[in-house]
Amino acid sequence: MSQKRRWRDRALRLAMYCCAGLTVLLLLLLIGYILYRGLHYLTWELLTTQTSYLKGTIGILPNLLNTLYIIFTAMAAALPLGVGAAVYLTEYAGSRRIVRLIEFAAETLTGLPSILFGLVGMLVFTQLFGWKQGVLAGGLTLTVMILPTVIRTTQESLKSVPQSYREGALALGSGKWHMIRTVVLPGAMDGIVTGCILAVGRIVGESAALLFTAGFGLQFNDFLTALQSSSATLTVALYVYASERGETGVAFAIAVILLALTFLLNLAANFAGRKLKRKG
Amino acid sequence: METEKLNLWYGDHQALKNITMTIPARQVTALIGPSGCGKSTFLRTLNRMNDLIPGVCIEGKILYQGKEVYAPTVDVTVLRRQIGMVFQKANPFPMSIYDNVAYGPRLHGVHTRTELDEIVETSLRSAAIWDEVKDRLKTGALRLSVGQQQRLCIARALAVEPEVLLMDESTSALDPISTAKIEELIGQLKYRYTVVMVTHNMQQAARVSDQTAFFLMGELVEWGKTDQIFHAPRHRKTADYVSGRFG
Repeated sequence: MSQKRRWRDRALRLAMYCCAGLTVLLLLLLIGYILYRGLHYLTWELLTTQTSYLKGTIGILPNLLNTLYIIFTAMAAALPLGVGAAVYLTEYAGSRRIVRLIEFAAETLTGLPSILFGLVGMLVFTQLFGWKQGVLAGGLTLTVMILPTVIRTTQESLKSVPQSYREGALALGSGKWHMIRTVVLPGAMDGIVTGCILAVGRIVGESAALLFTAGFGLQFNDFLTALQSSSATLTVALYVYASERGETGVAFAIAVILLALTFLLNLAANFAGRKLKRKG
Repeated sequence: METEKLNLWYGDHQALKNITMTIPARQVTALIGPSGCGKSTFLRTLNRMNDLIPGVCIEGKILYQGKEVYAPTVDVTVLRRQIGMVFQKANPFPMSIYDNVAYGPRLHGVHTRTELDEIVETSLRSAAIWDEVKDRLKTGALRLSVGQQQRLCIARALAVEPEVLLMDESTSALDPISTAKIEELIGQLKYRYTVVMVTHNMQQAARVSDQTAFFLMGELVEWGKTDQIFHAPRHRKTADYVSGRFG
């Protein structure tokens, strides 16, 4: 090997180390900065109270709850719909053309900017249906947004269930639905759960689609009231506190919470992926 | 069971041509022939597992207990309960040993614990695997050796009390000892069940079966008593095949 080639080899390897290192560094810097700015604002009081204009205190308990409400609402609709659609596509659909068309549509939906979902959600849910801004309109908007994720991950895990399991069940005289319920879905559970956790991750991180649909409300509501009253999630609250109220400290404290949630969700997705693989 | 002028196409390809034969009850019938000769396809028409493959077209008659298997009034789930199947590769479900065997009975409405326990035990005994697994019925079926898994699959098939057992090269993925166990098992099963087995292994057909049918390129060349097929075949091609001149 010529001297020149060896030098070039080394230089390229160094360059790639730098790229990798820089990526990690960026992430660490970002996390470090958020923790540095946010941690000392993250008090027990902030987490357990609601913002009071009279006392001039800030609390994000309502926003934490709203995030949970939205997760619950969006998943309650997306899980049955998504899993149902995936089961139909992989187990029942006869025509390859239709399957491909739906898969293409789902893929495209995944790529759309989320503000579009917000806009359409607002037009349909609040204007056409006449609902008030709130968890219901926001949650269902997110349902539409995450549906493709749930469908695709479920489909992939359904496809990974060996055909021989299906044949085995059918050969015992099982009907199709019974086979799906007792053999196919349990075998695909790990993928379905992982997909759901990823979907929850998107819900937690979403803000644009919620601005028009769930609203900016900062006050505490129980679930039923929140369905139809303006309810800001953590991400929306972050936006409100940072840009409208000038409370960057609170915004960073929320950022710390979001960071922790994202981290936990990723951990859970990994864990579910490995543990739920039924070992039989 | 009997078939009459059975023809089967995969799309344009005709995989079975005019198969007419009788499968006697309570005997072992072996289907032999080179790869791609249609023997597995034929086996899978008997419990209508070919229904699952798109583009399959079937003509002719298959009669089971005098009734048309492909008649529109036939309930496939009932048919498959009567005609059980064991596949080439062991395919236990990713559940416990117990739940694997109990799958069929539960499916057909048996739910009481004592009844299930009894069915599981007798099925595992019939499949000659009870002694190996009786202390660990709750462990996962996928932890068993491949040979044990295959016998578990036989137990699972027997648990729904079929009358016919179809075996699709069920020992081809197994070691000689497991194969010997399953062959011995088949020898016992034939007193209670009608067994139809596809095999690549001519010695196996000679050892285990009472009747043998020789398939070639989708045609049934010859069928009859195993002794006769192996020692006094009527057709030249059968003679060539069983003596190992081609395969």
